[in-house]
Amino acid sequence: MKKVDGLLEEHGRSKIEVYVDWENGNYVPKEVFEAMKPFYLERGFANPAITHRLGWETYELYVETKEKLVQPLNISPQDFYITHGLTESNNIAIRGVAKANKKRKKIITSSVEHLSVIHSSRFMESQGYKIEEIPVYSNGIIDLDRLQDIIDEETLIVSVQLANHEIGSIQPLREVIEIVKDKNKDILVHSDMSAAFGRMKIDLNKLDIDLATFDSSKILGPKGVGGLFVKEGVHVKPLLEGQLSVEILSPEVEIMPLIAGFAKAVELQFENFDEHISSLTKLRNKLLYGLYTTIPKTLINGAEGEKRIADNVNLSFIGCEGEALTVECSMNGIYTSSGSACSSRILMPSHILTAIGRRPEEAHGSLLMKISRLNTEAQIEYILETMPKVVTRLRKITGSIEL
Amino acid sequence: MSSRIPLPYSQRVIELFKNPVNLGKMDDATVFAQAGSPACGDMIAFYLKIDEKKEKITKSSFESFGCASNIAAASEVTIMIHNKTLKEAWNISWKDVSDALGGLPKIKNHCGTLAVGALQRAIRKYYTTIKKEIPDWLPKEYTKDEKHAMEEEELAKKLAKKYNLSI
Repeated sequence: MKKVDGLLEEHGRSKIEVYVDWENGNYVPKEVFEAMKPFYLERGFANPAITHRLGWETYELYVETKEKLVQPLNISPQDFYITHGLTESNNIAIRGVAKANKKRKKIITSSVEHLSVIHSSRFMESQGYKIEEIPVYSNGIIDLDRLQDIIDEETLIVSVQLANHEIGSIQPLREVIEIVKDKNKDILVHSDMSAAFGRMKIDLNKLDIDLATFDSSKILGPKGVGGLFVKEGVHVKPLLEGQLSVEILSPEVEIMPLIAGFAKAVELQFENFDEHISSLTKLRNKLLYGLYTTIPKTLINGAEGEKRIADNVNLSFIGCEGEALTVECSMNGIYTSSGSACSSRILMPSHILTAIGRRPEEAHGSLLMKISRLNTEAQIEYILETMPKVVTRLRKITGSIEL
Repeated sequence: MSSRIPLPYSQRVIELFKNPVNLGKMDDATVFAQAGSPACGDMIAFYLKIDEKKEKITKSSFESFGCASNIAAASEVTIMIHNKTLKEAWNISWKDVSDALGGLPKIKNHCGTLAVGALQRAIRKYYTTIKKEIPDWLPKEYTKDEKHAMEEEELAKKLAKKYNLSI
């Protein structure tokens, strides 16, 4: 492995630093860390499935923690299965459902799903399943008529996320469920809610949904833990073979410190919820429209207004390449990410930006910022002051090259 | 967003990205050539001022739409070819560029290749369309690097077609 000392030295460190890459990684608030600590050091470290005092004690804490964890969703803790995160939840929702229900062989997803959904369904395609993708409009919202056309008696599951993780568009999930259940009550509906949870109210009890994905790190909790809601009576099988313990959809997932951290993150995220989300939205609008109006040749990626999730900012700066944008931002202390090909392993622009019809040079110039309650107004102002300089410098390097 | 890998750039890449040398369009250039495609998000343009008697590059500059290593590679090439004869410039390999940059991450080697491909395109263009006399040392066949640039442009077209993008 190559060391990056020289890079870091040349890069330097900005006096002001703003972290807005919450989509790709997060630190946890101190309260979350404090909630996790005793499970590493003092109690609840035993296996909750083992019959001794420490096991029983852990089991008691596990039950208590899980009750707290699911409280905002208005469901029974028994229907919420702990997983190692959204990727595993989404894989189980597609492949684990297929494993347990062999009669129907068609899977429908939207074209802007998380890659863990897209790749899971492509895997099933290699196993002889038929895969259909629902296209989206230029604002990233799915075409419900198309869903109506392609859903049939062969359909096993329809997977449509609640909010998009990259461009923030909120899908008409209620209508999706209506269309699916009108066709046939046995067709399952799954929704990846990881980008929406904690940013909008979700009452799973009132939604006739079969499966839903959640992730701790998307709400400032620890990485490596998430959940899958499975409605009572829906058949699913685990994907990893191994010894199942208290949790029955994923082996070795009773990681109490992570579960406790997840539960604490949920508690904090839902504290003064309405106020929290309205101030987050205000801050987001300040950043999104501030950048949009001050920097020429800029496009907003994703839906706007009520149809955009509260923490999402995604813009394309024409004439800038995204990887260079992230590096230049970094030198100015702004940590963010891009959907450009050059910042990815596959050297192709993000499938989401492609799905909403962005031309390549528009997709390459995209920048994703997510904000959280840990960001301050002063930080947003710093970004607004700095970004015009960043974009101007990169556009100067592009110069007269015609895109 | 989609999958990523860390790109441990060298100090030199960051240095040239921060302060690109020989940046900008040259109005009195003898020859200009561009390589790459907006679909790949990877384009380099070179401007060469040539002393036509000595067949020497007296001045050169670049523009780049691309990632940090693309910008650094293009800038590095303009430094490397300064005061070189066209033949000497022609013989610069992507490996020479990568070495001068202190090594590129493996996935970014194509940035070095694209820079060399663009340079060779400019030199070939000079001999075929301006001087209209092809020297012995200039191969009739396209070089690997020239082909690479063309392949990348071709691939971009194919991918664009596959994903229904317009270029």
